[in-house]
Amino acid sequence: MQREPEVCKLIDTTTCIGCKACEVACVEWNDMPFQPTMFDNTYQTMPDTNWNYWNLIKFNEDQHSDGSFAWLMRKHQCMHCADPGCLRACPADGAIVQYANGIVDFQQENCIGCQFCVSGCPFNIPKFNPSTKKVYKCTLCSDRVGAGLEPACIKSCPTGCLHFGTKDDMKFLAENRAAQLRDVSGFANAGVYDPETIGGTHVIYVLHDLTKPERYGDLPAKPRIPLSFTLWKQFLKPIGLFGAMLGFVGVVLHYIFEGPRVEQPAPPVKRIDPPPPPAEKGN
Amino acid sequence: MGRTVVYEGELLRHPVYTRFLHWMAGIFFFLALLSGFAIYLPWIFRFFTPLFGGGAMTRLLHPWFGLGFVVFFALQAANWSNPMRWTPSDTRWMGHIRGYISHQDAMEPADVGFFNAGQKMQFWEIVAGCIAFVITGFIMWFPEIFGRALVAISYVIHDIAALIMLFGIFFHIYLSTFGEPHTIQAMTRGTVSEAWAWTHHPAWYKEVTGRDPYQAMGEARQRQERGL
Repeated sequence: MQREPEVCKLIDTTTCIGCKACEVACVEWNDMPFQPTMFDNTYQTMPDTNWNYWNLIKFNEDQHSDGSFAWLMRKHQCMHCADPGCLRACPADGAIVQYANGIVDFQQENCIGCQFCVSGCPFNIPKFNPSTKKVYKCTLCSDRVGAGLEPACIKSCPTGCLHFGTKDDMKFLAENRAAQLRDVSGFANAGVYDPETIGGTHVIYVLHDLTKPERYGDLPAKPRIPLSFTLWKQFLKPIGLFGAMLGFVGVVLHYIFEGPRVEQPAPPVKRIDPPPPPAEKGN
Repeated sequence: MGRTVVYEGELLRHPVYTRFLHWMAGIFFFLALLSGFAIYLPWIFRFFTPLFGGGAMTRLLHPWFGLGFVVFFALQAANWSNPMRWTPSDTRWMGHIRGYISHQDAMEPADVGFFNAGQKMQFWEIVAGCIAFVITGFIMWFPEIFGRALVAISYVIHDIAALIMLFGIFFHIYLSTFGEPHTIQAMTRGTVSEAWAWTHHPAWYKEVTGRDPYQAMGEARQRQERGL
């Protein structure tokens, strides 16, 4: 029996040079139009990802305790969570799917445009296109992965800070790199970002400092799916629906056991004795 | 526009305007209910979305259905603001609701007016529900304005308001049809029989006819026994 391995993208933020080759490769492979850039006094291409721009390097200037600065560059895209908030929130049948290899993909033909996934995602990834009324995001190049190729961003990376493989292999590679950063390079808090609060992700980061991932541009330390889409939707919603239907059960039982309330005076009903049983006939 | 024919032995219960608002609110209520149901849970999605032309169309129409319901109900609320006012006798009625359910007395207490306390309870529940629907509905309609956290909260409140209203609609339909026969006539033709009026709303009967409801019922019973 063949095992379906879970795939994983490893992003080593310590070797990212912010060249944006991955941004270009993503736009190219997914055949999306050129996006005008927005200058905000940093190297960042634009403030956020968009429905047709799924991959963005977030540039964050970080001040050290000794007063010196460093760039923290993080390739921002869908994290392909093991427990995806978008999928939890989605009310449409088959609009968001999670493949056996871990990729979370949007099927736009089933999308109804409610944007609940936007609310459910802890990473603010799904982006709405107002003209098609559909939501889009990184597919982890599931079309390429299905054909045995690595995602486009991986292929374009010139420094080798991006890796792609099975989750186990990438985790091993990432932990080794984090250990190297801690032991050799002097980053005492270096570690691997693979948040357990959402069951791990299929995109993992090696960070210089795992203790404060927020400094990498809104990377939550403990990403959480809103309780509306876990406790309420998965658990209490069916119970609530059942509870509301008890109203129907209640009125049916009332009709059976109590009967209707009729206008007074109720019409007098003459008692009719049942006819005597017919005499038995012989064969 | 429109008229209500009141035959002998009948009383005018709901004029045309009230009936129009009632049925418009009712139509939009069920459109909103079914389209909302469709996107309530993924496993009922496929049963209800075809009614409205698919999932995306259901999502597109649902806010408009809801808005239609709220608008017509708001007009009805303005129309009924007076008879729906809560009185001390309504509090008494609620205290004896078990007796009402089990038909302890064949006729309602003498102080039950145009609406009984149960009807008023449901009315005010729908008023509260509509306010919740409008606020949370607009937040979910325009999430790009209100943000993700508000949407996540609104989602739950909207659902709870809908579940309470769904629970209530069964009682509304039951009591206007099978539970209290001939009641639906008040919303179709606009009239009710005098017997219906003195049985279910004695104080209202007294108000419009000037006669004592129990005495009127007693006389009717005597006529009946004499075979007239």
